[in-house]
Amino acid sequence: MKTKELLFDPVFDNNPIALQILGICSALAVTTKLDTTLVMCIALTSVTAFSNLFVSLVRKQIPSNIRIIVQMTIIASLVIVVDQILRAVAYEISKEMSVFVALIVTNCIVMGRAEAFAMKNPPVASFIDGVGNGLGYSVVLVAVGTVRELFGSGTLLGFPVFLTTNEGGWYVPNGLMLLAPSAFFLIGLFIWALRSWKPEQVETPEYRIQPNTRPVEV
Amino acid sequence: MEQLLSLFVQAIFIENMALAFFLGMCTFLAISKKMDAAVGLGIAIVVVLGLTVPVNNLIYQYLLADGALAWAGLPDVDLSFLGLISYIGVIAALVQIMEMFLDKYIPALYNALGVFLPLITVNCAILGGTMFMVERTYTFPESVVFGLGSGVGWALAIIALAGIREKLKYSDVPAGLQGLGITFISVGLMSLAFMSFTGIDL
Repeated sequence: MKTKELLFDPVFDNNPIALQILGICSALAVTTKLDTTLVMCIALTSVTAFSNLFVSLVRKQIPSNIRIIVQMTIIASLVIVVDQILRAVAYEISKEMSVFVALIVTNCIVMGRAEAFAMKNPPVASFIDGVGNGLGYSVVLVAVGTVRELFGSGTLLGFPVFLTTNEGGWYVPNGLMLLAPSAFFLIGLFIWALRSWKPEQVETPEYRIQPNTRPVEV
Repeated sequence: MEQLLSLFVQAIFIENMALAFFLGMCTFLAISKKMDAAVGLGIAIVVVLGLTVPVNNLIYQYLLADGALAWAGLPDVDLSFLGLISYIGVIAALVQIMEMFLDKYIPALYNALGVFLPLITVNCAILGGTMFMVERTYTFPESVVFGLGSGVGWALAIIALAGIREKLKYSDVPAGLQGLGITFISVGLMSLAFMSFTGIDL
């Protein structure tokens, strides 16, 4: 496959969150503020890219019955590196993200791409595939994070955009945006928008509703 | 005792793993189409969380925490950076042992759980339970209660969602929302409902 396809295919056509249902766990939890969202995106993209690279490098040496544990070890070591770097460089943000950096280990995107792509493809292509899937994940996360921070607290990256009533402005912050349910609603709506734009991604319903046969009663 | 009971209720309802912390979402959405599968997975999660959180608690307290190796004559050693890799190892090993044990002694349950047992190793609810235990520095009895409670909470959530989805397939949903989209919206509504438990204190 071409580099461009590898890189941009996962962004809209084969999005890991909206279509492959991978890596949703962390997607929802860190999006209350845009800065934690961005850090999470960078962390996940780099872990996916490098785990793909390393798994692909050793793919011919791994006996297939212990491959999961080898992949797990590679991923866990990468996440420890990312976690330690975050604690050293941006301690405040790493505190806010609490357990969710560590949970990249069990993020299905990382494991899924290592298993589905890196085990069968050469290192460079795998690395690009990792970056691409990281980008696909980031697009959804940044969209959700922007909406939640903007409407939830009237700021973006901590800078005030809408002046809130507390500071003498006009905007009444929508507290629901900062709570768990709004993340579900936003991702649901994002999927709706994406599938209305690309109708080939729509799932077929199990049962089709019959048209009303007796229009008089309606 | 009262404190433990309160922690149990809190882990089930207020800090529900699936609906408040979004843990184990991938399996939560993928396996909730059928009721019996959801029940099987729920039971497996309760058992695995109830086992791994206390075991990891012991490992953290006596091997990894800062100064934990004092009993071996090494009071200055801090191995907490190795936490992640040891927890995931413990979880994988425990799941494997449990699978062999069930296969030998309780084949009925083993067959009912089927493919879900190995899947659980990479479920973030399991690792998440351990990470929360470490972050909040629970004692051993607290970690037992927390592990069981959060497992029950997760099981409750997936069984409820499976019930909703079984009804939902007969409803008329807009094309773009079909499947995943409407599931997200229903989970959002469930999460909203669970928020009404906030503030319950025993």
